[in-house]
Amino acid sequence: MAGWTIHQGRAVHLGLDNIDTDQLIPARFMSTPRAEGYGQFLLHDLRSDPEFPLNRHRDVSILVAGRNFGTGSSREAAVYALFDAGFRAVIAPSFGDIFAANAVNNGLLPARVSDDAQAELAAFLAAEPAEITIDLNTRTIALDDRTFPFDVDESWRTKLINGWDDIDLTRQHADKIAAFAACRAFSEPWVFPTASD
Amino acid sequence: MSKRRTMLDKLWRAHEILCREDGISLLWVDRHLVHEGSHHAFAKLTDRDLQVARPDLTFAVVDHYAPTRDRARIADPKIAGMIDTLRKNAQAHRLRLFDLHDQDQGIVHVIGPEQGLTLPGLLINCGDSHTSTHGAFGALAFGIGATEVAHVLATQTVWQRKPRTMRITLNGTLGPGVTAKDIALNWIAALGTGGAQGHAVEYAGSAVQALSMEGRMTLCNLSIEGGARLGMIAPDATTFDYLKERPFAPDLDWEAAVTTWSTLASDEGAIFDRDVTFDAAEIAPTVTWGTSPEQALPVTATLPDPTAVAPEKAKAIDAALDYMGLQPGRPLEGTPIDQVFIGSCTNGRIEDLRAAAAVLAGQRAKVPGLVAPGSAQVKAQAEQEGLDDVFKTAGLTWAASGCSMCVGMNGDLVAAGKRCASSTNRNFRGRQGPGARTHLMSPAMVAAAALTGTIIDVRRFLGERAA
Repeated sequence: MAGWTIHQGRAVHLGLDNIDTDQLIPARFMSTPRAEGYGQFLLHDLRSDPEFPLNRHRDVSILVAGRNFGTGSSREAAVYALFDAGFRAVIAPSFGDIFAANAVNNGLLPARVSDDAQAELAAFLAAEPAEITIDLNTRTIALDDRTFPFDVDESWRTKLINGWDDIDLTRQHADKIAAFAACRAFSEPWVFPTASD
Repeated sequence: MSKRRTMLDKLWRAHEILCREDGISLLWVDRHLVHEGSHHAFAKLTDRDLQVARPDLTFAVVDHYAPTRDRARIADPKIAGMIDTLRKNAQAHRLRLFDLHDQDQGIVHVIGPEQGLTLPGLLINCGDSHTSTHGAFGALAFGIGATEVAHVLATQTVWQRKPRTMRITLNGTLGPGVTAKDIALNWIAALGTGGAQGHAVEYAGSAVQALSMEGRMTLCNLSIEGGARLGMIAPDATTFDYLKERPFAPDLDWEAAVTTWSTLASDEGAIFDRDVTFDAAEIAPTVTWGTSPEQALPVTATLPDPTAVAPEKAKAIDAALDYMGLQPGRPLEGTPIDQVFIGSCTNGRIEDLRAAAAVLAGQRAKVPGLVAPGSAQVKAQAEQEGLDDVFKTAGLTWAASGCSMCVGMNGDLVAAGKRCASSTNRNFRGRQGPGARTHLMSPAMVAAAALTGTIIDVRRFLGERAA
């Protein structure tokens, strides 16, 4: 995964709360191998309306959404759909916990903003998308002459900037993990299952 | 005096291998459950030429894509392919697979407990948000995405920031016809789908202690619909009775295990970041009317009127009513339905089938419907008790076990525009199929809806019969 620090792109506003994972990608598309690309499935059923913002505006890479974005299932395919459609950040007042973790694991920023900032961004983008700049170093969103702060877990910020892969990081701790497992097997042997039938 | 610790504190401590300076912990995973949807994670492993670190702690099950009928020959090549991919991955990594025709097959969150793979004090991960179900046993159980699934497969560990704690206490006693499903929909309606975001919810109080393991699983299962990272309930005699002599439960170590498990409950006086209390007696059978689990009301209520609320709220209500084909201000009870579904990891257990069958007993449903038991064992038990006959006599279809009509990916779908009374967990747009309209409710409420062809208060049917 490639890291990034500053992203400049056109932002589109999606004026809806509770965009759930089943809307982000309906279940029927999830058997597709990733290599085939998931962008075409993004918000598939909402896009049957030709006036839906993502149909009217292509060339966008930042989504401004309502509260509780990505609520619902653990399907990482919801993030694949956003990422493969070119998105690098979603700006919203709150996110589903699992969705946000999945996003960071794929280089997509879940940027949490206050309700007021969300409302201002929404008003600014109401008519059409506009160019904005997201800076992970300063945790700010800049558009025109205005700047809004955003929140993201510090460890996630570092991960996004460095494009770190957890498996590589974890394997540095192999000795500690092995020692922990041995200790657990000794103190609570029953946690290691052996079927009795 | 030492700090009084919550159950989360104890479980976290017991699994923490290390904690980084930024506050993220590396946790040991005791059980990792995978299903067909885990194909992305296995692909990541293959790309890096990695093996599963602990095949003995990893269990695979066919559930999400399991056809519930005509299993001998799967007509849809995509579905057959998903199941076949899991078989190949399980074989390549030497995993115990609960395959389609296994007598122990079923929904991952039903068979984990059923097999005794789910135990108090364990950390359980699965690439499925309803992994919170297993917390009913006093386990630290949470859903993860594909990247994290790959990480657990490769290392048997997971990186997490410790969630904040939240206690939801239910004092008093539930009324007749009111179930764990209603407790859950009630708190989610009160606090919102993001109400518990970032929190580990511990359920407490007399109404929770009085629940069976099935009821506790339903309650913990739905924690995620209120935004919680996980749900949990302190293990007690009910928990131990359920687990004793399950295939993977401790045998020779049983006494030692119970002694350890009995120390997991939150210490008396432990402080939670948030504390919320409800009176169980005030909860009515609850039904969702909209497209989010928070859009739920007592069955006796009238549908919301967007003109009577603030404009920013009106938009969401309007959109939901429009999608659901409902009129504002009308009574929820009496809404005609087209079909029913009983099953899922939320309400597909034996107690759920018994509750639905008790309402149906000997009568004929006015609408068609599907009953998919949560596991092959639940199916066998129900057939032994004659419940399948009750459903069949009612005119409902008795199917094999799997996620079925809850997930819209195994061929069991609700058609566009059709209204389904469903014992499942999500009323999201298109969840049960494109354009499908879902009303979530308890299995007994679904059965009552089947009998009348409308949404109706199950308490009207209880009469002399015990609740």
